[in-house]
Amino acid sequence: MIYTKDLSKSYSGTTVLNIEELSIPKGQSFGLVGNNGAGKTTYFSLLLDLIKPTTGSITSNSVVVDQSEEWKPFTSSFIDESFLIGYLTPEEYFYFIGDLRGQNKADVDALTAQFEDFFNGEIIGKKKYLRDLSKGNQKKAGIVAALIGNPEVIILDEPFANLDPTTQIRLKQILKDLAEKQGVTILVSSHDLMHVTDVCERIVVLEKGNVVKDLETNPTTLKELEAHFASGMATSQEEE
Amino acid sequence: MIKHFLNLEWKQYFRSSYWQKSIALNILLVFFALYFVVMFLGLGFGLLFILKKAFPEQDAFVVANGFMFYWIIGDLLMRFFLQKLPVMSVKPLLTTPIKRSTIVNFVLGKSALSFFNFLPLFAIIPFSIMLIRDGYSTSMILTWMLTMIIIVLIINFLNFIIEAFSAETELSFLPVIAVVGTLFGLDYFNVLPMKTLVGDGLMYIANNPIFILIPFAILAVFYVYNFKILKDKLFLDSSLKSKVTEVKAADLSWTNRFGDIAPFMQLDLKLIWRNKRTKSMAMLLVIGVLYGLFFYPQPMYREMEFMFAFIGIFSTGFFLINFGQFIPAWDSGYYKMLMSQNIKYEQYLRSKFILMVMSVVILFVLGIPYVYFGWKILIAHFAAAIYNIGVNSHVILWGGSFNRKKIDLDKKAAFNYQGTGAVQWLIGIPLMLVPMGLFALINWLIAFEAAVAMLIILGILGIVFHKKLMGFITQKYLDSKYKMIDAFSQDN
Repeated sequence: MIYTKDLSKSYSGTTVLNIEELSIPKGQSFGLVGNNGAGKTTYFSLLLDLIKPTTGSITSNSVVVDQSEEWKPFTSSFIDESFLIGYLTPEEYFYFIGDLRGQNKADVDALTAQFEDFFNGEIIGKKKYLRDLSKGNQKKAGIVAALIGNPEVIILDEPFANLDPTTQIRLKQILKDLAEKQGVTILVSSHDLMHVTDVCERIVVLEKGNVVKDLETNPTTLKELEAHFASGMATSQEEE
Repeated sequence: MIKHFLNLEWKQYFRSSYWQKSIALNILLVFFALYFVVMFLGLGFGLLFILKKAFPEQDAFVVANGFMFYWIIGDLLMRFFLQKLPVMSVKPLLTTPIKRSTIVNFVLGKSALSFFNFLPLFAIIPFSIMLIRDGYSTSMILTWMLTMIIIVLIINFLNFIIEAFSAETELSFLPVIAVVGTLFGLDYFNVLPMKTLVGDGLMYIANNPIFILIPFAILAVFYVYNFKILKDKLFLDSSLKSKVTEVKAADLSWTNRFGDIAPFMQLDLKLIWRNKRTKSMAMLLVIGVLYGLFFYPQPMYREMEFMFAFIGIFSTGFFLINFGQFIPAWDSGYYKMLMSQNIKYEQYLRSKFILMVMSVVILFVLGIPYVYFGWKILIAHFAAAIYNIGVNSHVILWGGSFNRKKIDLDKKAAFNYQGTGAVQWLIGIPLMLVPMGLFALINWLIAFEAAVAMLIILGILGIVFHKKLMGFITQKYLDSKYKMIDAFSQDN
C-alpha cells in the first residue's frame, strides 16, 4: 500500500529523516515511535506532501505522492490542531470535510452518530466554535473528521496525547476495528509505548531520522521497546 | 524586577520574526513617525504666529486653550485606532514570585512611554517656549505645560478604558463613538459648553497653579481604574472558563446554486462573519461606498476626469482589494489541512473570485447615487467596476500566490499590519496606478469616452480569458505550495 524508497529530508545540511526502504501493506496498523526529533512528524508530513523530500519518494497505492494528487481521495489525516478550522462548529467542520470527500450531510451524520460514546456528549449540538473547545475535545473532533469518507489510509500524529483515559481506551478500540474489520491502513505515532503496542500490529522505532527497529507486535514487544528506550537513556547519559 | 521586565520586552521586540522579516515596513513606520514629529514641531513653533494673524484682537493663549477641546477629541479618536493596548505575555510570570500589582504597574507605566504621549510634547514644548518669549509669565506657562502633559496622560488611560469596553462588545467602534459623540454633542448643542469649559479651566489652572491638583486627581482615578481592570484580567480564569458565546448560524443554502464551489463559499462567508479581523474589514465597506463623498462634493475634483476612474476602482473594488490582498493568508491557520484534503485548487480560488465579483457588483449598485454629481461619474464607475471584475480580480489572486505571511484572525483590522509584506505594497501598482494612468492618458490624448471604452474592453478581455487566467494562477499557487505551508506554520 505505502512504499517508501530512499527517502531523506534535510534542512540546510542536517538530515532529519533517512529511510532506505519501508513497505506498509494494506490493512496494517502501523505504529511509529521515537523520542522528540526522531522524525515522526517529518515522515507523516512527507506522506501528506506537506514538505518536499530531499531525495527519494513515497508511493501510496502506486501513486507517487509528491508528483500526483491522486492519493488525496483515499487518504485522510489529523496531524495537529492546525488541521481544524477554528471558526466553525464541529458539525460544520464535519460537513465541510464531508463535502470535500464527496459525502452528503446524511452520510456524515450517520458516521458521527457512531461516535456518540467517543464524543461523550461534548462535541455535537453544543453550538460552540472549534476554537472554544478544550484541546482534548478539539482532538476528538479532528480524529473523527479524519474518518469521514471511507479513507483507505488514515494518518494520525500523536492521537493519544491530550485525551482522557476513557477516550484513549475508546480510541484504541475504534482504531483496531478499522484495521481489522474494514481493512484500513492506519499509521499512528505516539510517545506512549503501551498504547502503540495495544493498537498496532507493527511498530517501527525511529531514532534521529533512521529506522532502528522494525517489530511485529507480540506479547514481549512492550518489554523490548521499554528496554530499547531505557538503554538509549543510558547511552545518552554516558555521552554527557 | 523592572530590569527583568525591560530585558524581556527588549528580547520580545527584537527577536520577533515580525521585526526581523519586515524591516521595510518598520522603516516606513519610522518615516511616518518622523513626519508627524516634524509636523508637530512646526505646529508648536508656528502656532503663535498663526493665531496672532487669524485672531488679531484676541489673546493667542486664550484662543489656543479654546481649541483644546477639539484636540482632546481628535487625539482620543486617533489613539483608539492607532494605539495598541499595552500587552505583555504574563502567563509565564503568574507562577513566579512576582506580585500581580508589580506586573500591572509595569504594563501601565510602559504605556505612558508610548509614542502617542511624546508626540504632543513636540508641539506643547515649543509652543510654551514661544509664549514665554512673547512675554507671558514663565510660571503660568510652566503650569500650563504641566497641565497639558497630565491631560495627555489622561487621554492615554481614558483610551485604554474605552478599549477595554470595546473588546467586550460586538461592534468594536461603538464605545469610542459613544464617548466622543457625547462629548461633542454636549458642546455642539450647547447642553454643556465643553469647548469654553475646557478652555476656561485651562486658563484658570494656569493662573492658579494649586488647581492643577484637579487634572492630577482625574489622572489618578483613571490610572486606578485601569489598574483594577487589568488586575482582574490577570487571572487565567478568562482563558480557562468555557466561553458561552452561542453560534449564530445563518442559512447559507443559497450558495448551493454555485455547485461544486459551494462548500468553499460557505467557508469564506463564515470566515468573514465570524472573525474579528475579517468582520471589521467588512465594516470598512461603508468607507468604500462613501469614498466618493470625500471628492465629488468639491468642484475642483469634478473637473479632473481621471480621478473618476481612480475613485471608481477604489470604491467598487474596496472589498476586492482588502479581502483579495490576503488570499490565501486568510486560510493560513488551517492551510496544511486544506493541502492534504481532496480539494481542487481551482475551486478554492474560484470561490474567492466569485465572492469578489459579487462585492464589486454590490458596491457599484450602492454607488449609483453618485450620478447626482454627474452622469460621467456613473459611467466611469461602471467602467471601473468592469475593470475590477475582469482584470483586478485576477491580478490580486495572482498576487496572492506570493503571500508568505500568516494572519491571526482574532485581531482587529484597522491598522493591523500583520500579514502585510512587500506584496501588499507592490500589488497596488497594477491594481490602481496602471488603470488610472492609462485612463488619464487616453482621456487626455483622445476623449473621455475612449478612456471609458478602454477600461471596459480590458475588463471584458479579462472576463473572456477567465478560464485561461485561472489556470495560470492555479499553477502559480501549486508551484509555491511548499513555501506557503512552511511560511504559514511559522508564528510571527
